[in-house]
Amino acid sequence: MIFQSTEHYILSPELALAVNAAVTLEKPLLIKGEPGTGKTRLAEELAASLGTDLINWQIKSTSKAQQGLYEYDAVSRLRDGQLGSERVANISNYIKPGKLWTAFTAAKRPVLLIDEIDKADIEFPNDLLHELDRMSFDVYETGERISAQQRPIVVITSNNEKELPDAFLRRCFFHYIRFPDKDTLTQIVLAHFPTLQADLLTAALEVFFDLRAVDALKKKPSTSELLDWLKLLLAEQIAPSVLQDKQHQGGLMPLYGALLKNEQDVALLEKLAFMARRAGR
Amino acid sequence: MWLCWKNWPLWLVALAVDMLISFFLTLRKYGLKSSITELLDLLKALQQQLIFASTDDFYLLARLCLVKDESQYDKFDRAFAEYFEGVESLDLAALIPDHWLLPGLIRQLSEEDKAKLASLGGLEQLLEQFKQRLKEQQEKHAGGNKWIGTGGSSPFGAYGFHPEGIRVGQQGSGQRRAVKVWDKRDFKDFDQNAELNHRAMQLALRQLRRFARTGQATELDLNGTIKATAQQAGWLDLQFQPERHNAVKVLMFFDIGGSMDDYIHECEQLFAAARTEFKHLEFFYFHNCPYEQVWRTHQRRAADAVSITQLLQTYHSDYKVIFVGDATMGPYEITYPGGSVEHFNPESGEVWLKRLLAHFSNAVWLNPQPQAWWGHYHSIAIMQKLMQNQMYGMTLDGLSGAIRNLSKRH
Repeated sequence: MIFQSTEHYILSPELALAVNAAVTLEKPLLIKGEPGTGKTRLAEELAASLGTDLINWQIKSTSKAQQGLYEYDAVSRLRDGQLGSERVANISNYIKPGKLWTAFTAAKRPVLLIDEIDKADIEFPNDLLHELDRMSFDVYETGERISAQQRPIVVITSNNEKELPDAFLRRCFFHYIRFPDKDTLTQIVLAHFPTLQADLLTAALEVFFDLRAVDALKKKPSTSELLDWLKLLLAEQIAPSVLQDKQHQGGLMPLYGALLKNEQDVALLEKLAFMARRAGR
Repeated sequence: MWLCWKNWPLWLVALAVDMLISFFLTLRKYGLKSSITELLDLLKALQQQLIFASTDDFYLLARLCLVKDESQYDKFDRAFAEYFEGVESLDLAALIPDHWLLPGLIRQLSEEDKAKLASLGGLEQLLEQFKQRLKEQQEKHAGGNKWIGTGGSSPFGAYGFHPEGIRVGQQGSGQRRAVKVWDKRDFKDFDQNAELNHRAMQLALRQLRRFARTGQATELDLNGTIKATAQQAGWLDLQFQPERHNAVKVLMFFDIGGSMDDYIHECEQLFAAARTEFKHLEFFYFHNCPYEQVWRTHQRRAADAVSITQLLQTYHSDYKVIFVGDATMGPYEITYPGGSVEHFNPESGEVWLKRLLAHFSNAVWLNPQPQAWWGHYHSIAIMQKLMQNQMYGMTLDGLSGAIRNLSKRH
C-alpha cells in the first residue's frame, strides 16, 4: 500500500484502494462527497505522505482551462516594446507557466489538486481532456511542446454543482466519499483531539448523529463542522451533562452556530424540540 | 478466487477474462454506461495486482473503474449481486461459451477437460432454452395482439416474430445473435426523446444566453486599445471594458400539487442546475393554472404569495417566461371564474394567463406529460391554444425547440 491512514488523517479502506489504484495506474482520481468530508484534505495528506509537492489549482467560476497550461502576457510585451526593452526579443519572457505546466515539469512526481472543478464553466473539463490524457500540450507562441516528465498524481474534487461530461469521466477513476460511520468518526475526532474525555465525546457524537438524522435539514453538519464544534465545546469547557440535557436553550445544543449554518434549520430544530417536549408532557 | 491469475493455465485465464466481460455486460444490462476503455482500466488494475483474491476488494476496484457517478452506485450493486450470486453457485466449466473455444485454446485443454465440456452439452442446452423462449413469445403474441394478427402484411415472419428469430432452425453461428433480438434496445440512448439530465438541460439553456457588458471594467478591450494607440501616434493607450455577463432574464412558473407531484422534483432539479447559468432567474409556483396570485416557495404559504398584478409591475416585459406544468385538469379550472379547486377565483385562469402573456410576450410552456397523451386531455388543448402553440414536451427535443423559440424573439 502506497498510502495509508496517518496519525492525523483517517483513511477508509475504500478510499485507500481508490487512491492507490489511481497512483499505480496513473489516472486522475475524481472525488465527490458531502462538503466537509475531507476531499481537499486527501490531496494534502497524500502529498505529505509521499513527501512530494502539492500543486493546488483552485477552480473558480471564471477559471479557464488555458490558465492551467500557460498565459501569454501580451500587454507587458507590448509595453516593453514601446519602451525599447531588451526582453522583448524573447517571447518566452512573457509566457507564464500555469499549474499544469508546473506539475508536468516538477522534478519529483507531484500531486496536482484540481479543486472544485464543478465551479468552472460547463465546458471546462472538456477543454482539459487532451492534456490530462496525453499529459502534454503545445505552447503555440514558442512552438514548444511541454510533456510531463512523469505523470503527476491528479486528484480532482467536485461538489456536484454541475454534471461533468461523460468523456471526461471516462478518463478518471471515481470515488464517492461516504459520510463516516460512528466508529470511523470517533477515530477521526481522536486524531484531532487526542485528549478528549470519553464521556464528552460520546455525548457530542450522540447529539451530532441525532442532528444528522433529521432529514429535513437544509445543510447537514459534516465532519469539519463537528470538529469546529468540539473545539468550541472544549474552549468553553462545556460539561457532557449539558449536552445530554435536552431542554437546554429550548432544545438546541450549546453553541449550535457551529453545527447549523442556516437559520431555517435552527427554526426547524426548535420546532422539533418543542413538539418533542409537548409529546413528552 | 479466480482473480489472481498469474500461475493459471491459459484456458483458465481466458475464462476469467470472459467472465469479466459477461460481468461487464451484466452491468450494461442494468443501465450503467460503462465503456470498453473503463473495462480495460479494470483489467489493467487487476494485472497490476492491486487487490488479492477478495470479492470485496474486487467490488471496490470494479466500482472505482466502471462507475462514474454516485447515483449509479445502486445499479452497480444490483448488477454485482446478480452476477456474483450466480457465479459463486455455478461450476466454472458450465459458463464456457462457444466463441472463445478457439482451436488454439482447445489444444490447451486436457482430455479430461474436453470430456467435461462434452458432457455438459452447453450449446445444445442453450439452443433448447432459446427455442422454449421463442415458443412462449409466440404464444403470448398470438393472444389477440394486433401486431401479429396482421399476418401477411406485417414485416414479421410466418411465425409472427422477427426474421432474425428464424435462425433458430439453424445450428451454429446464429443463436447468440438471435437471443439478443428480443430485448435489444441498443440505441435507446440515442433517442432524442430520452430523459433529460442536468447537463443536457444546461447545454440547451445555454442557447438562451444574451451577453452584455456591465459592471467594472476589468477586461482588456483590444479593439479599443488599437484604436486609441493609433490615435496616440503609436504610444500604447490601454482601454478596458467590463466583462461579458449573461444578461438574459427568465421567470419560471412551476405547477405543483396534484398531478404534477410525480414530475416536480425532477423539474426543479433540472432548473436548479441551470441556475448558475443565469443571473436573473426567478422561480414561482402555482397550482394547476395561474390565477390572481402565485407563490415564491413550493410550500405556497400565504406569506410567500405574490399577486400577478404586483409581478407584472415588478418584472419588465423583457423577461422571458417559462411555465412548467402538465396542464392536466378540468377544463373549467381554466375557463370559468370560480373554477379553481382550491379557492374562489373571481376571474378565470384564462383571464390571468392572458394578462401574463400580454405583458411577457416571450413565453413558452413545458409539459412533462408524454406528448403522445396530449390529445387525450381537453385542458391541454385549451392551454395549447392560449399559449399560441408554444407548448413543448419536457424532452431534449422539446426543450431545444422551446429555447430556440424564446431566443428568436426579443
